[in-house]
Amino acid sequence: MTGVATAAARLVVRGESLEKRYGRKRVLRGVSFVVPRGGFLVVTGANGAGKTTLLRLVAGLAAPTRGVLEVWGDRRDLGFVGHEPLVYQELTALENLELFGRLYRVADRRERSGMLLERFGLWDARSDRVSTYSRGMVQRLALCRALLHDPALLVLDEPFTALDEDGAGVLDTELAALAGECTVILSTHDPARVDALATDRLVLA
Amino acid sequence: MSALTLYASDVVALARKDLRLELRARDTLPAMLLFVLSTLVVFHFALPTGTADDAAFGLLWIALVFTALLGLARAWAPEREGGALDGLVLAPCDRSAIWLGKTLAVLVFLTAAELVALPAFALFFAPVDLVAVAGVVLASIGICAVGSLLAAMAAASRGREVILPLLFLPLAIPLVVGGVGAGISPQGASYLTFLGLYDLVFAILAWATFEYVITE
Repeated sequence: MTGVATAAARLVVRGESLEKRYGRKRVLRGVSFVVPRGGFLVVTGANGAGKTTLLRLVAGLAAPTRGVLEVWGDRRDLGFVGHEPLVYQELTALENLELFGRLYRVADRRERSGMLLERFGLWDARSDRVSTYSRGMVQRLALCRALLHDPALLVLDEPFTALDEDGAGVLDTELAALAGECTVILSTHDPARVDALATDRLVLA
Repeated sequence: MSALTLYASDVVALARKDLRLELRARDTLPAMLLFVLSTLVVFHFALPTGTADDAAFGLLWIALVFTALLGLARAWAPEREGGALDGLVLAPCDRSAIWLGKTLAVLVFLTAAELVALPAFALFFAPVDLVAVAGVVLASIGICAVGSLLAAMAAASRGREVILPLLFLPLAIPLVVGGVGAGISPQGASYLTFLGLYDLVFAILAWATFEYVITE
């Protein structure tokens, strides 16, 4: 295997001169980055700098207007937490995880759902509809959904939003356990929180 | 499990989810039932006595198409709330399964409305024979197949309440022609063939294009 091929095999995400426009509004301009396998990229920037757009591009929820974006792996390898929880409001936490676990072909989805709900402090509310949850509980469920299928690439858009200290602590522990094994791209307004885990940083202007 | 079995199990899981949501919220089916029934009652009093059955069948189809539109307008509402559609799009299942699951769920709602509408129509206007019922079944499949696709397109836009009827009603015209023809024409069988062909062509088109409709 050549040096170039070896490097390519280790890469998980590569963006080059990425640009995204919504109509006449340019949201992203000339963004380039590389995240190697097991890397932990922290994306920061002011409100409106394009963090959410960049992460949606990486997740495949939007396509770049210009530039090259390569993501090694397929949808099965991706776990995504966005600004919205990506779950059904009128289903319970268990029903949501059962549905998404089925779609992600998670063989032991019941055990894994239970384990994640327990870990994120939602076990007692597992049979309540999501519409009755607080914002922080919804965010915890969104994290459970993203981790359900044990993804190799985790894309997290401001995952600490709405979490209380307890929830943020659980997420800190999860991220620390995943760092190095799982490739993580995380946007935040509080980079100091994940500074110890970060292997790369990208500041959007 | 084979790919086909997995696909079928995804479709069933997605359709079952919609039925469960409807059982819980009850915000689509009761509206459809009330609408179709009250429309037929209004038509009953609005239509002059002695009007031909042909005209009555036309009114039945107006009621059915607008009842379907009512259901389709709400079809993707659960996916809009909380960004659940993005969750489905990210899942590694075949994206056409999302469309098929939704089509089946809407078809169940529409069939329930028709189970009320057809006896009411027979009571108020004219008897409904088997060919007419077959016409309703085939046209309903077409309505749900095309309607679910168009409702997904409309759901992503700001003026969805206006866009859905604008997209759906022109494409529903052949179904109305086929449905009315099956109900009143002596050559009802040929209208059934027409409806079957419409279903086949548009279901394949919707199945093949759904992925491009829901991804940016």
